[in-house]
Amino acid sequence: MAGVGTWDTHDYDVLVIGAGGAGLRAAIEAARAGVKVGLICKSLLGKAHTVMAEGGVAAAMANVDDRDSWKVHFADTMRGGQYVNNHRMAELHAQEAPARVRELESWGALFDRTREGTILQRNFGGHRYPRLAHVGDRTGLEMIRTLQDHGIHQGIAVHMEFTVVSLLKDAGRVVGVVAYDRERGRFHVFRAGATVLATGGIGKAYKITSNSWEYTGDGQALAYDAGADLLDMEFVQFHPTGMVWPPSVAGILVTEGVRGEGGVLRNSEGRRFMFDEIPENYRSSTADNEEEGWRYVTGDKEARRPPELLTRDHVARMIRREVRAGRGSPHGGVFLDISWIKSKVAGGAEHIKKKLPSMYHQFKKLADIDITAEAMEVGPTTHYMMGGVKVHAETQMSTVPGLYAAGEVAAGLHGANRLGGNSLSDLLVFGKRAGENAASFAREHAAASVADSEIQSVIGRALQAFDRPSGENPFMVQRALQEMMQENVGIVRIESEVEHALGELELLRARAANVSVDGHREYNPGWHCAIDLDNMLTVSEAVARCALARRESRGGHFRDDHPGKDAALGKVNHVVRKGPDGRMQLEAVPVLPLPADLAQIVEENK
Amino acid sequence: MTTSVSATFKIWRGDASGGAFVEYQTQLSEGMVVLDAVHQIQAESAPDLACRWNCKAGKCGSCSAEVNGVPRLMCMTRMNDLPVDQPVTIQPLHTFPMIRDLVTDVSWNYRQKLRVKKFSPRAPDRPDGTYTMYQRDIERVQEFRKCIECFLCQDVCHVLRDHEKHDEFIGPRLLIYTASLEMHPLDGEDRLQALKDEHGIGYCNITKCCTKVCPEEIRITDNGIIPLKERVVDEFYDPLKIVLRALGVKKQKTAK
Repeated sequence: MAGVGTWDTHDYDVLVIGAGGAGLRAAIEAARAGVKVGLICKSLLGKAHTVMAEGGVAAAMANVDDRDSWKVHFADTMRGGQYVNNHRMAELHAQEAPARVRELESWGALFDRTREGTILQRNFGGHRYPRLAHVGDRTGLEMIRTLQDHGIHQGIAVHMEFTVVSLLKDAGRVVGVVAYDRERGRFHVFRAGATVLATGGIGKAYKITSNSWEYTGDGQALAYDAGADLLDMEFVQFHPTGMVWPPSVAGILVTEGVRGEGGVLRNSEGRRFMFDEIPENYRSSTADNEEEGWRYVTGDKEARRPPELLTRDHVARMIRREVRAGRGSPHGGVFLDISWIKSKVAGGAEHIKKKLPSMYHQFKKLADIDITAEAMEVGPTTHYMMGGVKVHAETQMSTVPGLYAAGEVAAGLHGANRLGGNSLSDLLVFGKRAGENAASFAREHAAASVADSEIQSVIGRALQAFDRPSGENPFMVQRALQEMMQENVGIVRIESEVEHALGELELLRARAANVSVDGHREYNPGWHCAIDLDNMLTVSEAVARCALARRESRGGHFRDDHPGKDAALGKVNHVVRKGPDGRMQLEAVPVLPLPADLAQIVEENK
Repeated sequence: MTTSVSATFKIWRGDASGGAFVEYQTQLSEGMVVLDAVHQIQAESAPDLACRWNCKAGKCGSCSAEVNGVPRLMCMTRMNDLPVDQPVTIQPLHTFPMIRDLVTDVSWNYRQKLRVKKFSPRAPDRPDGTYTMYQRDIERVQEFRKCIECFLCQDVCHVLRDHEKHDEFIGPRLLIYTASLEMHPLDGEDRLQALKDEHGIGYCNITKCCTKVCPEEIRITDNGIIPLKERVVDEFYDPLKIVLRALGVKKQKTAK
């Protein structure tokens, strides 16, 4: 590779990295504040992972059940997160979500309606009342398209198919990024007064995942390398219901909406095993018989919810237990059956197709299964990262000035386990906050220049893989990492395996430093994989270190050697940051104590 | 239960300056889709083979290509629906400029969207900013909003594909986008003049090729384009309205 060549330079007040829901919402808000906004998408605009969200967006609008309020939503979020959440984020989220959803309607979103002509809301795991505004099972598509179609008229400059390789700093604050465009393989320097990370999750560090190729922990790793704190990295959400067959689609999401509409989980003996064990803190709100559970999903306000709608962490582990005990389905999952409701509702099969059109389509096309006639096979899949960049609750600024984070890449709101539907509301509420605060920061802090030598060294590193004629294929290293993480730091963890993983990560890091890439720089997937590998290794190490330190089980983090909760660990969050020696440091910091008024809300809603 | 079968793929490799089909062999496994085969070929023998994809579940519309000559999503095309006793050909969308291998420059579609007048809602019905809309009033538009912007309809449309009327015709995707705004219960904008004069709705001669390739099974022609054509005809070719216009009678915006 002859030299690093030249680069194009772009100047913005606010630069947003990532164009899913959080990034689009942040960009719209920053543009509304009147500053110059640039938006970088790793893929084409409108293709980010938000498009995959199915079930709905949680907002206590109380359209279906007037007992709902922001207080109940707050308490549900804290309970779901096992009380290690940032309570201020949970409070703001619950209070502001309804206004953010209504705003989407005024931008053209068409949510399904109640008979009264208001936005319809559906049941979901961990939410006490029907709370999820939705469009069948394609809510994410409706949201991203609404934000996209509104956003393109706000004067935002969109850079599609760009990948950021490094943040740039000057005098302790982030002042821009180095990126490359995938189409041509050329480098670009973006200078900005403030930078918002909205890059989503880390799912591609695992073998079985609902995430696409993009979700390689870029934002978390960029922030970490820039000196920012990462929080709660042990809390990875394994969604209980991913497809398990055929092999090529293993991990693809099966919406929780199936269970919200009355779908039940059964083992190979036909038993609804979710009734076998109901966690203490949900016992009073969970049905103890099938008949009551059905009444709940059909809207009986006196009935308690069926155990299939317990939180995702619990349902995922119960499924794993059935499979391990030899009571699984033929392809290593359990059965999720919605077809049984045909005998209960008017319209039968048509009702199911109407409520769950994408699921019907997905199973019919990919697995030859008609979900209105037979059960689906499902099992846990890596789905969502609760942990991420530590941010200020109100402004979304990270611990590095000028660097903001919103949506999945940020941490705090969800604690140890996210409730379904809370991610779409998260990205609206905190995307907006990040955008407006980044804009005001940018007004006070002009962009700064970074020495060419620094930019050249970043570009040089990004091109190294071309210089190694006989290194390893980056896809092979990626595959080895995914299998290793799945095996050792997956849904159930144990000290010896996590320690083994840390050793393996050292070896994989050495392999990643020796990958080689053939050919040209234009749209070269092997090269992109080589660059993504570093990010995946960083976040994998963070997950493993935090998982090792949390010697208890809480939310998405389950330790086979410490299956119970530990009161002392329930009062700490784990922070990781890059130490002066370049190695990862871990610190246990106290969970923010609940103020009296919020503690009372939690107590009243127990 | 599965026997190991391999298949031959002829994949177009090249860039804007030219290219050729290259043959690859790979093993098939149960339930495999075309995109899996492409990924497997990338991992085994062609790490620089360019291909767009994201969700792998037919929801994002990224992996559009022409498989055995038919525009399809590679992630939703199962290998067991294709004859594998002969090579499976995979080539990029024909209607857009080539970037590399299976990747084309689809930015034209994004530019066309900017030409369509944006959503313009009436004032909210209630003080909290909310609107009253009934399910029956939105179902028609919800069908159009299922669009995943895979641009297969744009690729197959002969007005663009064969006649290259990219400067005069926005194509089925953008007509469906326009329909979703024109038929939106809250929208008050008028896009009929633009449909007729700038967006070339008259070029569509209803061959329904777009509807046939739509992976979301949107009835693009019947439910979207034809009603728009009717509105345009009603607006501009109704003899009574022509007379009224000539007499300077202003039109009144009617409820949608």
